[in-house]
Amino acid sequence: MSLALVIILAVIFVSAAVGIYAGRNLKMNLENWTVGGRRFGILLIWLLMAGEIYTTFTFLGASGWAYSKGAPAFYILVYGALAYTLSFFILPMIWKIGKRYGLHTQPDFFITIYRSRGLGVLVALIGVFSIIPYLQLQLAGLGFIVEVASNGAIRSQTAIVIAFGLTCAFVYTSGIKGAAWVAIIKDVLMIAAVVIVGFGVPAIYFGGFGKLMEAVITKMPEHLVFPGSTPDMNVLWVMSTILVTALGFYMWPHVFGSAFSAKSHRVIKRNAVIMPFYQIPILLIFMVGLTAVMVIPGLENGDLAFLELVNRTYPPWFMGFVGAAGAVTAMVPAAILVLFASTLVSKNIYQAGFRPQAPEDRVMRLSRFMVIVIMTVSLFFALKFPNELVPLLILGYDGVCQFFPGVVFGLFWSRVTKAAVWAGMVTGVVVAAALILSKNDPLWGINAGFVGLIVNTAVTVLITKFSGTARDSVSENSMWTGIGPDKGGAS
Amino acid sequence: MKKGTRLALILGAIPFITLVFALPLVNRIRPLVLGLPFLLFWILLWVLLTPLILFIAYRLEARFNPPDDGDEP
Repeated sequence: MSLALVIILAVIFVSAAVGIYAGRNLKMNLENWTVGGRRFGILLIWLLMAGEIYTTFTFLGASGWAYSKGAPAFYILVYGALAYTLSFFILPMIWKIGKRYGLHTQPDFFITIYRSRGLGVLVALIGVFSIIPYLQLQLAGLGFIVEVASNGAIRSQTAIVIAFGLTCAFVYTSGIKGAAWVAIIKDVLMIAAVVIVGFGVPAIYFGGFGKLMEAVITKMPEHLVFPGSTPDMNVLWVMSTILVTALGFYMWPHVFGSAFSAKSHRVIKRNAVIMPFYQIPILLIFMVGLTAVMVIPGLENGDLAFLELVNRTYPPWFMGFVGAAGAVTAMVPAAILVLFASTLVSKNIYQAGFRPQAPEDRVMRLSRFMVIVIMTVSLFFALKFPNELVPLLILGYDGVCQFFPGVVFGLFWSRVTKAAVWAGMVTGVVVAAALILSKNDPLWGINAGFVGLIVNTAVTVLITKFSGTARDSVSENSMWTGIGPDKGGAS
Repeated sequence: MKKGTRLALILGAIPFITLVFALPLVNRIRPLVLGLPFLLFWILLWVLLTPLILFIAYRLEARFNPPDDGDEP
């Protein structure tokens, strides 16, 4: 057994053990399982948010884009900073509503604000369909990293199945707290790997960042300004993509839901202030991609750039370390994704949609059962179609960003009606999906999700203006009246 | 709107202006700054200034907004 293999296996088993240990002595109800009893301080919240945001896609995708596309990759550096700025203003308000009404998920928020269980079911459905490709991508990415890093000693399928079992185990036992604890290991390993490689390879091949930049500017200057080495990712595309991803960021059900774990809205606000520092590793990942484009040009798959360059530069045991970091970097977001997808199904589709009287312990049991179901579905896709769901992930991002008008209007504009939000959300999703599936993304240089978002906002505003009734009187006429999940709506 | 919130919102608009709407003006390689192409330098500068801007916004809100009665201990 090679040293690389030992390191990879040791790290993923220890991580899972830590995750399981995190949940000892915790009585598992929905409150503890999904939102950690609303007791997380600034450190755990930071780890949790960083844990779900930095995925295998960041690791391989950011270096891969810097390698094959060039400057358009810079959007990855930008959108996080803008998303944290937005979160500074809206997340504490969402947390307060969550605390007051005991909310666990994003659809709970819609149900409470708009007093509409139907809207909650719609949001939950869009959420689950957006999460599954994301989850599948984590599993596929993990298999890919471990196979390359162990030099083929662990086949991709084997790695995926092992990680699947371990992740199910600690989500099942410990819920969100397990994910937050494993995120500690993940963060330390990932940052160490990125710092060592990010400073290392430019220094080894060029003698530093300045010399690397000189080399790229001399050899391929157009790579470093928009549209880089792509035909259509011009500055308009970058601007609209930054806006879609920055607005969509906290609209992912798992990221939105994690905010409820904080112990106060001040923790959320302070976290928003420090989060942008977490963007710095992305710059280092770009440097690795740019070094690769000079040293090993012509790779067919740009996502391989990071691993290929490490393989060529460092000893095999270090590859094991990178592989271990990559594996845990997939397991943490996978855990949080599956946890929230399961809760959406059990609480917001089964209970809110069909069985309002279902007791909480039955919903909790169903949530845990759904962890295994949803992970199995994603496992199936990851093994069967490892490369074919990236377009679906893009569709997922464009899908969840359509929640943004509903959330923001819900917080700041008391006149907006549930019918308007329904119509806006459905139109936005349909427009974005139609553009993507008909290969019209980008449309006139603009990101399709952004086009959908504009249509969505316009529809929501127009219907609210013309219907002219306040939110409460509309919900009075609704078939869902009076059977909301909690103590009624916010008014 | 409370004064602290208004000031914070004005500060919060800065990253959106510099990192989205100013991009067509800075899409260039020269002048190089600290060895970086101007576009990358500009993006990095404002990403690093964002936490500072949010920190000032946080202090302004704490200073000008009355303590929140919805605070949980």
